[in-house]
Amino acid sequence: MVGLRFDLRDTPADAPALRAELRAFLAEAGRHWSPMVRAYSWMGFDREFSREVGRRGWIGMTWPRAYGGGERSAMERYVVLEEMLAAGAPVGAHWIGDRQSGPLILRLGTEDQRREFLPRIARGELAFAIGLSEPDSGSDLASLRSRAEKVPGGWRINGRKVWTTNAHRCDFMIALLRTSPVADPKLKHQGLSQFLVDLRASGIAIRPIPDLVGEEGFNEITLDDVFVPDAMLVGEEGRGWEQATAELAFERAGPERYLSSLPLLIAALDDLRAEPAAPEAVGRLLARAATLRQMSLSVAGMLQEGRTPAREAALVKDVGNDYEQALPEAVRDLTDPARTPEEVREMLGITTMVARSYSLRGGTREILRGIIARQLGLR
Amino acid sequence: MSDDLRSILLEQVERLLSDRSGPDLLRAVERGEWPAALWEEAEALGLPHALVPEAMGGAGLGWDDAVAVWQVLGRHGAPLPLAGGMAAAALLAVGGIAPPAGPIALAVPGEALAWGRRAEHAVTATGGEVALHLLSGAARQEGRSLIGREPADHVALGEPLARVALPPGCGPEAALLAGALLHAAQIAGALEAVLGMTVEYASTRRQFGRPIGGFQAVQQLLAQAAGEVAAAGVAAAHAGRAAARRGLAGGAFEIACAKVVAGEAAGRVAAIAHQVHAAMGFTDEHPLHLFTRRLWSWRDACGAERVWARRIGAEALARGGAALWPDLTAREEEARP
Repeated sequence: MVGLRFDLRDTPADAPALRAELRAFLAEAGRHWSPMVRAYSWMGFDREFSREVGRRGWIGMTWPRAYGGGERSAMERYVVLEEMLAAGAPVGAHWIGDRQSGPLILRLGTEDQRREFLPRIARGELAFAIGLSEPDSGSDLASLRSRAEKVPGGWRINGRKVWTTNAHRCDFMIALLRTSPVADPKLKHQGLSQFLVDLRASGIAIRPIPDLVGEEGFNEITLDDVFVPDAMLVGEEGRGWEQATAELAFERAGPERYLSSLPLLIAALDDLRAEPAAPEAVGRLLARAATLRQMSLSVAGMLQEGRTPAREAALVKDVGNDYEQALPEAVRDLTDPARTPEEVREMLGITTMVARSYSLRGGTREILRGIIARQLGLR
Repeated sequence: MSDDLRSILLEQVERLLSDRSGPDLLRAVERGEWPAALWEEAEALGLPHALVPEAMGGAGLGWDDAVAVWQVLGRHGAPLPLAGGMAAAALLAVGGIAPPAGPIALAVPGEALAWGRRAEHAVTATGGEVALHLLSGAARQEGRSLIGREPADHVALGEPLARVALPPGCGPEAALLAGALLHAAQIAGALEAVLGMTVEYASTRRQFGRPIGGFQAVQQLLAQAAGEVAAAGVAAAHAGRAAARRGLAGGAFEIACAKVVAGEAAGRVAAIAHQVHAAMGFTDEHPLHLFTRRLWSWRDACGAERVWARRIGAEALARGGAALWPDLTAREEEARP
């Protein structure tokens, strides 16, 4: 493929033992998860569950022990992630911290930041939100206007962030803010910086935005003269765009970009046996799942080597989003409502609704394909 | 095979085909002209017996290496029946029969023999046995594949020269599985060629004062095609690795997945490539169809997507929802080198 390589990777040698442990845990923990919980998957928020996951050492697995991590490999972590997703576990209270906020702090944070935040994330106690999008800055993220002005001892923040998943339940947000104005729109990628913002600080108002599923998953955050101490700047002032872009590689690289709807297929499969069209349709879904899993593992292997596979991650996310959106449609085609148990029908309905978010969150389909087109030399 | 040796070999194959193949040769093949010079050079590189163990005079490549070679072959439109010959020689060797020199056709049940008119031998591998047949003098009906226009002949196979049992790892459908694997790999390679041609065309063809690849509508299509191309490549490599580790029968699930994903990608990418090439790509003169017709032909060879999807789908349905995910992960992790 034009410039992109996806070498096959093996899961780690201890994967079977790790899986056995996870499956036993998830079978017990998931006994009472509703179809809504399973269909919401990694957007679901359950602090008690996340604390239990943390107790078992499955958050911050790759981080140094000094910061509460487990010093395990990225591929072992991958096994944990895919098991959680296949089970439709409500991992939202620790997912963002484990996936991107923690790694960002580990890579670019100060020693104090690492000591303060990482152990608490790893224990499942500290939930993070992603403060990127704004009301007028979605795909054109660098046009964002929320700003941080220098004041003695820190920064004063004003502006609005939107679509911040679970922010009303989270503790901190890593916000991308403008710290120096730029006159020329072509230079909009400069002068941005990232900050750790305590969501309980004064001047912050969080308004949940009900979604079409009927949940309160995302929010609008208003920042009105919020004071953030100097110590909460992440990385380098003015380098926020590069930092956030690297962070997006983590955000886009994981198995949640193709597995979001798999719990539906698992739940529905037994009731599809009488449907003559089922073998072929299920086979096509399975072939794609097995292939996407290898693509996703390949990207995980690149992360393990310390690379930043932003373009590869964009490609796998794009193919994966197509797949996870096609899955509920395929299951629907095979489903006779009259012969389908209530729970499966409910899951199909919810997944059908949630699926629209797959190709929007973490970079829209159009943005991802733009990144791939750039890789192809077309822009 | 070590990664170094593998990349040297792949480079050699790539160079050979870059030098010797091209649209003219592919057109000649479609007229039934045997690519003699290319075949001789492929033999000089030891390619026909590359999958035969070194102790039997081959290069000792595995199915995973084979997929990489076949992908390069597909990138150049597979102008010679090398992939089937390599698989046939491999199956003979697994059964302990020394593969003969010269072109060998892989006989897949229900399929015509690629270049049956030139092959001196054919190999069948069904029902857990591998057999070597002599083709010279056998009654045959020459033809070519409908869309691909590649020489494909029906030859009456008589009593074999030799017939032996295959080890259990090969299963009862070794020839079919090898055929599906090689077509998935060739598709993955041809898709790369088609994507490359299409990106090139979009970058040079100008309308409204700029290259058409500058338009988002075209960029989005090509990005989508790139995703399909990558998926087909990964699916083929995955299947090759599974067969290398667990035998053809052990890798049957991954081979099925590869044939499904590569076949789906073939249809989607060919459609995008023609849309972007527009009327130019619909001409006989433009080389695009030399690849897209092969894609449409190869996706039907040795079981279309429908066939392989039904097989793995039926198995998954029989196993049930609770086994779906554990089965998907266990295949990888049960047998490690």
